[in-house]
Amino acid sequence: MTENTSQTDPRLASFEEKIANEQRIEPKDWMPDAFRKTVLRQMSQHAHSEVIGMQPEGNWITRAPTLQRKVILLAKIQDEGGHGLYLYSAAETLGTTREEMVQALHDGKAKYASIFNYPTLTWADIGMIGWLVDGAAIVNQVSLQRTSYGPYSRAMVRICKEESFHQRQGYLATMALARGSAEQKSMAQDALDRWWWPSLMMFGPHDSDSAHTGQSMKWKLKRESNDTLRQRFVDQTVPQAEFIGLRIPDPDLHWNEERNAYDFGKIDWDEFMQVISGNGPCNRQRLQHHIRAQQEGQWVRDAMHAYALKRQAREVA
Amino acid sequence: MNQQALPLFEVFIRSRRGLDHRHVGSLHAVDSDQALEYARDVYLRRSEGVSIWVVRSSDITASQESDVAAFLDPMDDKPYRHATHYKLPEEVDNM
Repeated sequence: MTENTSQTDPRLASFEEKIANEQRIEPKDWMPDAFRKTVLRQMSQHAHSEVIGMQPEGNWITRAPTLQRKVILLAKIQDEGGHGLYLYSAAETLGTTREEMVQALHDGKAKYASIFNYPTLTWADIGMIGWLVDGAAIVNQVSLQRTSYGPYSRAMVRICKEESFHQRQGYLATMALARGSAEQKSMAQDALDRWWWPSLMMFGPHDSDSAHTGQSMKWKLKRESNDTLRQRFVDQTVPQAEFIGLRIPDPDLHWNEERNAYDFGKIDWDEFMQVISGNGPCNRQRLQHHIRAQQEGQWVRDAMHAYALKRQAREVA
Repeated sequence: MNQQALPLFEVFIRSRRGLDHRHVGSLHAVDSDQALEYARDVYLRRSEGVSIWVVRSSDITASQESDVAAFLDPMDDKPYRHATHYKLPEEVDNM
Protein backbone atom coordinates (compact mmCIF):
# COMPACT_ATOMS: atom_id res chain seq x y z
CA MET A 1 0.00 0.00 0.00
CA THR A 2 2.65 2.43 1.11
CA GLU A 3 4.88 1.51 -1.81
CA ASN A 4 2.08 2.09 -4.30
CA THR A 5 1.32 5.49 -2.82
CA SER A 6 4.96 6.56 -2.81
CA GLN A 7 5.11 5.73 -6.50
CA THR A 8 2.22 8.06 -7.18
CA ASP A 9 3.10 10.79 -4.68
CA PRO A 10 6.68 12.03 -5.06
CA ARG A 11 6.42 13.95 -1.75
CA LEU A 12 5.77 10.76 0.16
CA ALA A 13 8.60 9.02 -1.67
CA SER A 14 10.97 11.83 -0.72
CA PHE A 15 9.78 11.73 2.90
CA GLU A 16 10.33 8.00 3.14
CA GLU A 17 13.72 8.27 1.52
CA LYS A 18 14.81 10.81 4.14
CA ILE A 19 13.66 8.49 6.93
CA ALA A 20 15.43 5.53 5.34
CA ASN A 21 18.66 7.54 5.03
CA GLU A 22 18.65 8.61 8.70
CA GLN A 23 17.86 12.21 7.72
CA ARG A 24 15.86 14.32 10.13
CA ILE A 25 12.48 15.69 9.05
CA GLU A 26 12.48 19.48 9.45
CA PRO A 27 9.45 21.76 9.99
CA LYS A 28 9.14 23.05 6.41
CA ASP A 29 9.39 19.57 4.87
CA TRP A 30 6.29 17.89 3.56
CA MET A 31 5.22 15.09 5.89
CA PRO A 32 2.22 12.73 5.96
CA ASP A 33 -0.63 13.95 8.17
CA ALA A 34 -0.42 10.83 10.30
CA PHE A 35 3.27 11.52 10.98
CA ARG A 36 2.52 15.14 11.94
CA LYS A 37 -0.28 14.00 14.25
CA THR A 38 1.87 11.34 15.88
CA VAL A 39 4.86 13.64 16.58
CA LEU A 40 2.50 16.29 17.89
CA ARG A 41 0.76 13.83 20.21
CA GLN A 42 4.10 12.59 21.52
CA MET A 43 5.67 16.04 21.94
CA SER A 44 2.62 17.63 23.55
CA GLN A 45 2.35 14.70 25.97
CA HIS A 46 6.04 15.08 26.75
CA ALA A 47 5.72 18.85 27.28
CA HIS A 48 2.67 18.45 29.53
CA SER A 49 4.56 15.82 31.56
CA GLU A 50 7.42 18.23 32.22
CA VAL A 51 5.02 20.90 33.45
CA ILE A 52 2.63 18.69 35.45
CA GLY A 53 5.70 16.96 36.91
CA MET A 54 6.55 20.19 38.72
CA GLN A 55 3.57 19.70 41.04
CA PRO A 56 4.55 16.59 43.03
CA GLU A 57 8.03 18.06 43.58
CA GLY A 58 6.76 21.55 44.31
CA ASN A 59 4.88 19.98 47.20
CA TRP A 60 8.19 19.70 49.12
CA ILE A 61 9.98 22.98 48.36
CA THR A 62 8.99 24.63 51.63
CA ARG A 63 9.68 21.46 53.61
CA ALA A 64 13.04 20.37 52.17
CA PRO A 65 15.21 19.20 55.08
CA THR A 66 18.13 21.58 54.44
CA LEU A 67 18.74 24.82 52.56
CA GLN A 68 21.06 22.93 50.21
CA ARG A 69 18.36 20.38 49.33
CA LYS A 70 15.91 23.22 48.87
CA VAL A 71 18.00 25.17 46.33
CA ILE A 72 18.71 21.94 44.46
CA LEU A 73 15.00 21.12 44.33
CA LEU A 74 14.18 24.65 43.16
CA ALA A 75 16.82 24.44 40.41
CA LYS A 76 15.47 21.07 39.32
CA ILE A 77 11.85 22.23 39.17
CA GLN A 78 12.95 25.33 37.27
CA ASP A 79 14.63 23.00 34.75
CA GLU A 80 11.41 21.01 34.30
CA GLY A 81 9.51 24.22 33.51
CA GLY A 82 12.21 25.12 30.99
CA HIS A 83 12.03 21.67 29.43
CA GLY A 84 8.28 22.10 29.03
CA LEU A 85 8.98 25.36 27.17
CA TYR A 86 11.56 23.76 24.84
CA LEU A 87 9.06 21.06 23.97
CA TYR A 88 6.05 23.35 23.50
CA SER A 89 8.06 25.57 21.15
CA ALA A 90 9.41 22.58 19.25
CA ALA A 91 5.83 21.25 18.94
CA GLU A 92 4.63 24.63 17.68
CA THR A 93 6.78 24.11 14.55
CA LEU A 94 4.12 21.57 13.55
CA GLY A 95 1.57 24.32 13.13
CA THR A 96 -0.31 24.13 16.40
CA THR A 97 -0.25 26.76 19.13
CA ARG A 98 0.71 26.35 22.75
CA GLU A 99 -2.74 27.62 23.73
CA GLU A 100 -4.32 24.80 21.73
CA MET A 101 -2.08 22.24 23.40
CA VAL A 102 -2.88 23.54 26.88
CA GLN A 103 -6.59 23.61 26.06
CA ALA A 104 -6.40 19.97 24.91
CA LEU A 105 -4.77 19.13 28.25
CA HIS A 106 -7.53 20.89 30.18
CA ASP A 107 -10.20 19.18 28.08
CA GLY A 108 -8.69 15.80 28.88
CA LYS A 109 -7.84 15.19 25.22
CA ALA A 110 -4.06 15.36 25.70
CA LYS A 111 -2.28 13.18 28.22
CA TYR A 112 0.82 13.46 30.39
CA ALA A 113 2.97 10.80 32.05
CA SER A 114 0.76 8.81 34.41
CA ILE A 115 3.51 8.69 37.06
CA PHE A 116 2.75 12.26 38.12
CA ASN A 117 -0.68 11.20 39.31
CA TYR A 118 0.93 9.62 42.36
CA PRO A 119 1.30 11.71 45.53
CA THR A 120 4.59 12.71 47.20
CA LEU A 121 3.82 11.66 50.76
CA THR A 122 7.27 11.98 52.34
CA TRP A 123 10.60 13.66 51.62
CA ALA A 124 11.92 10.28 50.46
CA ASP A 125 9.52 10.52 47.50
CA ILE A 126 11.53 13.48 46.21
CA GLY A 127 14.62 11.28 46.14
CA MET A 128 12.65 8.61 44.27
CA ILE A 129 11.43 11.08 41.65
CA GLY A 130 15.01 12.06 40.87
CA TRP A 131 16.51 8.60 41.03
CA LEU A 132 13.73 6.48 39.50
CA VAL A 133 11.36 8.78 37.60
CA ASP A 134 14.06 10.97 36.08
CA GLY A 135 16.24 7.88 35.69
CA ALA A 136 13.51 6.23 33.61
CA ALA A 137 12.84 9.47 31.71
CA ILE A 138 16.54 9.80 30.86
CA VAL A 139 16.70 6.24 29.47
CA ASN A 140 13.81 7.16 27.20
CA GLN A 141 15.13 10.62 26.31
CA VAL A 142 18.65 9.47 25.49
CA SER A 143 17.06 7.15 22.93
CA LEU A 144 14.88 10.01 21.62
CA GLN A 145 17.92 12.19 20.87
CA ARG A 146 17.95 10.26 17.59
CA THR A 147 14.24 10.70 16.85
CA SER A 148 13.49 11.57 13.23
CA TYR A 149 11.76 14.93 13.81
CA GLY A 150 14.56 17.54 13.91
CA PRO A 151 13.17 20.03 16.48
CA TYR A 152 12.22 17.17 18.85
CA SER A 153 15.63 15.59 18.52
CA ARG A 154 17.41 18.90 19.26
CA ALA A 155 15.17 19.57 22.27
CA MET A 156 16.06 16.10 23.60
CA VAL A 157 19.78 16.78 23.29
CA ARG A 158 19.41 19.98 25.31
CA ILE A 159 17.16 18.34 27.89
CA CYS A 160 19.39 15.30 28.43
CA LYS A 161 22.37 17.56 29.02
CA GLU A 162 20.53 19.53 31.69
CA GLU A 163 18.77 16.55 33.20
CA SER A 164 21.92 14.65 34.12
CA PHE A 165 22.08 16.26 37.56
CA HIS A 166 18.46 15.43 38.38
CA GLN A 167 19.01 11.71 38.73
CA ARG A 168 22.28 12.09 40.62
CA GLN A 169 20.82 14.44 43.23
CA GLY A 170 17.86 12.06 43.68
CA TYR A 171 20.13 9.10 44.23
CA LEU A 172 22.30 10.99 46.72
CA ALA A 173 19.22 12.19 48.63
CA THR A 174 18.00 8.58 48.77
CA MET A 175 21.43 7.36 49.82
CA ALA A 176 21.50 9.86 52.69
CA LEU A 177 18.24 8.40 54.00
CA ALA A 178 19.25 4.79 53.39
CA ARG A 179 22.40 5.36 55.44
CA GLY A 180 20.62 7.39 58.12
CA SER A 181 18.57 6.29 61.13
CA ALA A 182 16.37 3.19 61.04
CA GLU A 183 13.38 5.47 60.63
CA GLN A 184 14.96 7.30 57.69
CA LYS A 185 15.90 4.03 56.03
CA SER A 186 12.39 2.67 56.34
CA MET A 187 11.05 5.92 54.90
CA ALA A 188 13.32 5.41 51.86
CA GLN A 189 12.22 1.78 51.53
CA ASP A 190 8.56 2.77 51.75
CA ALA A 191 9.06 5.33 48.99
CA LEU A 192 10.85 2.79 46.79
CA ASP A 193 8.00 0.31 47.38
CA ARG A 194 5.49 2.87 46.11
CA TRP A 195 7.49 4.29 43.19
CA TRP A 196 9.12 1.19 41.69
CA TRP A 197 6.19 -0.23 39.74
CA PRO A 198 4.82 3.10 38.47
CA SER A 199 8.36 3.86 37.24
CA LEU A 200 8.38 0.64 35.19
CA MET A 201 4.98 1.62 33.78
CA MET A 202 6.48 4.88 32.49
CA PHE A 203 7.85 2.99 29.48
CA GLY A 204 4.30 2.16 28.38
CA PRO A 205 2.60 -1.11 27.49
CA HIS A 206 4.52 -4.20 26.40
CA ASP A 207 5.60 -4.10 22.76
CA SER A 208 3.00 -6.73 21.90
CA ASP A 209 0.20 -4.48 23.28
CA SER A 210 1.46 -1.05 22.27
CA ALA A 211 -0.89 0.72 19.88
CA HIS A 212 1.66 3.16 18.48
CA THR A 213 5.02 1.40 18.66
CA GLY A 214 5.06 -0.31 15.25
CA GLN A 215 4.37 2.76 13.13
CA SER A 216 6.50 5.03 15.34
CA MET A 217 9.47 2.68 14.97
CA LYS A 218 8.97 2.58 11.20
CA TRP A 219 9.06 6.37 11.14
CA LYS A 220 12.06 6.30 13.50
CA LEU A 221 10.21 8.60 15.87
CA LYS A 222 10.84 5.90 18.43
CA ARG A 223 14.25 4.31 18.15
CA GLU A 224 13.86 1.52 20.69
CA SER A 225 10.81 -0.33 21.92
CA ASN A 226 9.11 0.08 25.31
CA ASP A 227 10.33 -3.30 26.56
CA THR A 228 13.93 -2.70 25.45
CA LEU A 229 14.05 0.63 27.30
CA ARG A 230 12.32 -0.80 30.39
CA GLN A 231 14.83 -3.65 30.56
CA ARG A 232 17.73 -1.19 30.32
CA PHE A 233 16.26 0.81 33.20
CA VAL A 234 15.82 -2.28 35.40
CA ASP A 235 19.34 -3.50 34.67
CA GLN A 236 20.93 -0.19 35.58
CA THR A 237 18.76 0.49 38.65
CA VAL A 238 18.86 -2.83 40.53
CA PRO A 239 22.59 -2.60 41.37
CA GLN A 240 22.07 1.01 42.48
CA ALA A 241 19.39 -0.13 44.94
CA GLU A 242 21.58 -2.98 46.19
CA PHE A 243 24.48 -0.63 46.77
CA ILE A 244 22.52 1.47 49.24
CA GLY A 245 20.84 -1.54 50.83
CA LEU A 246 17.30 -0.97 49.59
CA ARG A 247 15.11 -3.83 48.41
CA ILE A 248 13.29 -3.71 45.04
CA PRO A 249 9.67 -4.70 45.82
CA ASP A 250 9.54 -7.60 43.35
CA PRO A 251 9.84 -11.20 44.57
CA ASP A 252 10.33 -12.39 40.98
CA LEU A 253 13.34 -10.19 40.36
CA HIS A 254 16.50 -12.16 39.70
CA TRP A 255 19.56 -12.11 37.50
CA ASN A 256 19.24 -14.22 34.38
CA GLU A 257 22.69 -15.46 33.44
CA GLU A 258 21.59 -16.60 30.00
CA ARG A 259 19.99 -13.31 29.00
CA ASN A 260 22.62 -11.31 30.83
CA ALA A 261 19.76 -9.23 32.24
CA TYR A 262 17.33 -9.14 35.14
CA ASP A 263 14.05 -11.02 34.93
CA PHE A 264 11.29 -9.18 36.71
CA GLY A 265 7.70 -9.75 37.78
CA LYS A 266 4.41 -8.92 36.11
CA ILE A 267 3.41 -5.28 35.86
CA ASP A 268 -0.12 -4.47 37.05
CA TRP A 269 -1.51 -3.11 33.79
CA ASP A 270 -4.97 -2.69 35.31
CA GLU A 271 -3.52 -0.08 37.63
CA PHE A 272 -1.78 1.57 34.67
CA MET A 273 -5.04 1.73 32.69
CA GLN A 274 -6.91 3.10 35.72
CA VAL A 275 -4.37 5.87 36.28
CA ILE A 276 -4.07 6.75 32.61
CA SER A 277 -7.84 6.98 32.23
CA GLY A 278 -8.11 9.50 35.04
CA ASN A 279 -8.58 7.43 38.19
CA GLY A 280 -5.13 7.63 39.76
CA PRO A 281 -4.68 9.08 43.26
CA CYS A 282 -4.05 12.68 42.08
CA ASN A 283 -5.38 13.01 38.49
CA ARG A 284 -8.11 15.52 39.31
CA GLN A 285 -5.89 17.50 41.67
CA ARG A 286 -3.09 17.81 39.07
CA LEU A 287 -5.39 19.03 36.33
CA GLN A 288 -7.40 21.36 38.56
CA HIS A 289 -4.20 22.91 39.86
CA HIS A 290 -2.97 23.50 36.32
CA ILE A 291 -6.27 25.08 35.30
CA ARG A 292 -6.31 27.27 38.41
CA ALA A 293 -2.71 28.42 37.86
CA GLN A 294 -3.64 29.27 34.28
CA GLN A 295 -6.69 31.27 35.40
CA GLU A 296 -4.96 33.01 38.27
CA GLY A 297 -2.10 34.04 35.99
CA GLN A 298 -4.43 35.56 33.41
CA TRP A 299 -4.23 39.07 34.90
CA VAL A 300 -0.43 39.04 34.44
CA ARG A 301 -0.75 38.22 30.75
CA ASP A 302 -3.51 40.82 30.40
CA ALA A 303 -1.34 43.44 32.10
CA MET A 304 1.66 42.65 29.88
CA HIS A 305 -0.52 42.92 26.80
CA ALA A 306 -2.07 46.22 27.92
CA TYR A 307 1.38 47.63 28.70
CA ALA A 308 2.70 46.58 25.27
CA LEU A 309 -0.26 48.28 23.56
CA LYS A 310 0.28 51.43 25.59
CA ARG A 311 3.95 51.58 24.63
CA GLN A 312 3.16 50.99 20.98
CA ALA A 313 0.62 53.81 21.07
CA ARG A 314 3.19 56.10 22.67
CA GLU A 315 5.79 55.28 20.00
CA VAL A 316 3.32 56.08 17.22
CA ALA A 317 2.38 59.38 18.83
CA MET B 1 20.20 54.13 -5.31
CA ASN B 2 22.31 54.48 -2.23
CA GLN B 3 23.66 51.09 -1.12
CA GLN B 4 23.87 52.32 2.49
CA ALA B 5 20.14 52.80 2.56
CA LEU B 6 19.46 49.08 2.10
CA PRO B 7 18.55 47.33 5.33
CA LEU B 8 20.95 44.83 6.86
CA PHE B 9 20.02 41.15 7.19
CA GLU B 10 21.61 38.46 9.35
CA VAL B 11 22.10 35.09 7.66
CA PHE B 12 21.73 31.68 9.34
CA ILE B 13 22.54 28.37 7.65
CA ARG B 14 21.59 24.81 8.50
CA SER B 15 24.58 22.84 7.30
CA ARG B 16 22.70 19.56 7.33
CA ARG B 17 19.34 18.18 8.42
CA GLY B 18 19.02 17.62 12.13
CA LEU B 19 21.33 20.51 13.07
CA ASP B 20 20.43 24.02 14.25
CA HIS B 21 20.72 26.98 11.89
CA ARG B 22 23.95 28.83 12.67
CA HIS B 23 24.79 32.46 12.15
CA VAL B 24 27.27 32.87 9.33
CA GLY B 25 27.25 36.61 8.58
CA SER B 26 25.14 39.42 7.20
CA LEU B 27 24.35 41.30 3.99
CA HIS B 28 22.35 44.23 2.61
CA ALA B 29 19.22 43.66 0.52
CA VAL B 30 16.00 45.47 -0.35
CA ASP B 31 13.76 42.86 1.25
CA SER B 32 13.83 39.38 2.75
CA ASP B 33 13.26 37.61 -0.59
CA GLN B 34 16.26 39.31 -2.09
CA ALA B 35 18.25 38.70 1.08
CA LEU B 36 17.56 34.99 0.71
CA GLU B 37 18.85 35.00 -2.86
CA TYR B 38 21.91 37.05 -1.93
CA ALA B 39 22.59 34.73 1.00
CA ARG B 40 22.51 31.79 -1.39
CA ASP B 41 24.99 33.53 -3.69
CA VAL B 42 27.27 34.81 -0.95
CA TYR B 43 27.29 32.07 1.67
CA LEU B 44 26.30 28.87 -0.12
CA ARG B 45 28.54 28.63 -3.15
CA ARG B 46 30.07 25.36 -1.97
CA SER B 47 27.01 23.49 -0.67
CA GLU B 48 27.61 24.75 2.85
CA GLY B 49 24.01 24.13 3.79
CA VAL B 50 20.56 22.79 3.10
CA SER B 51 18.50 25.67 4.46
CA ILE B 52 18.87 29.43 4.97
CA TRP B 53 17.20 31.84 7.38
CA VAL B 54 17.45 35.59 6.92
CA VAL B 55 16.23 38.09 9.46
CA ARG B 56 16.44 41.87 9.53
CA SER B 57 19.30 42.86 11.86
CA SER B 58 17.07 45.59 13.30
CA ASP B 59 14.64 42.87 14.45
CA ILE B 60 17.27 41.31 16.70
CA THR B 61 17.30 42.37 20.31
CA ALA B 62 20.63 41.53 21.88
CA SER B 63 22.01 41.52 25.40
CA GLN B 64 25.11 43.63 25.97
CA GLU B 65 28.32 41.97 27.01
CA SER B 66 29.06 44.95 29.27
CA ASP B 67 25.90 44.05 31.25
CA VAL B 68 27.00 40.47 31.69
CA ALA B 69 27.67 40.74 35.40
CA ALA B 70 24.21 42.03 36.23
CA PHE B 71 22.42 40.04 33.54
CA LEU B 72 23.98 36.57 33.73
CA ASP B 73 26.11 36.43 36.83
CA PRO B 74 23.73 34.58 39.16
CA MET B 75 24.38 31.38 37.18
CA ASP B 76 27.98 31.16 38.37
CA ASP B 77 27.18 30.63 42.03
CA LYS B 78 24.82 27.72 41.38
CA PRO B 79 27.21 24.81 40.91
CA TYR B 80 24.43 22.43 41.96
CA ARG B 81 22.93 22.86 38.47
CA HIS B 82 25.77 20.75 37.10
CA ALA B 83 26.04 16.98 37.25
CA THR B 84 29.68 17.24 38.30
CA HIS B 85 28.58 18.84 41.58
CA TYR B 86 27.23 15.45 42.72
CA LYS B 87 29.97 13.00 43.67
CA LEU B 88 28.65 9.45 43.54
CA PRO B 89 30.41 6.44 45.02
CA GLU B 90 32.54 4.71 42.37
CA GLU B 91 30.38 1.58 42.39
CA VAL B 92 27.38 3.43 40.98
CA ASP B 93 29.07 6.31 39.21
CA ASN B 94 27.62 5.71 35.75
CA MET B 95 24.45 7.80 35.92
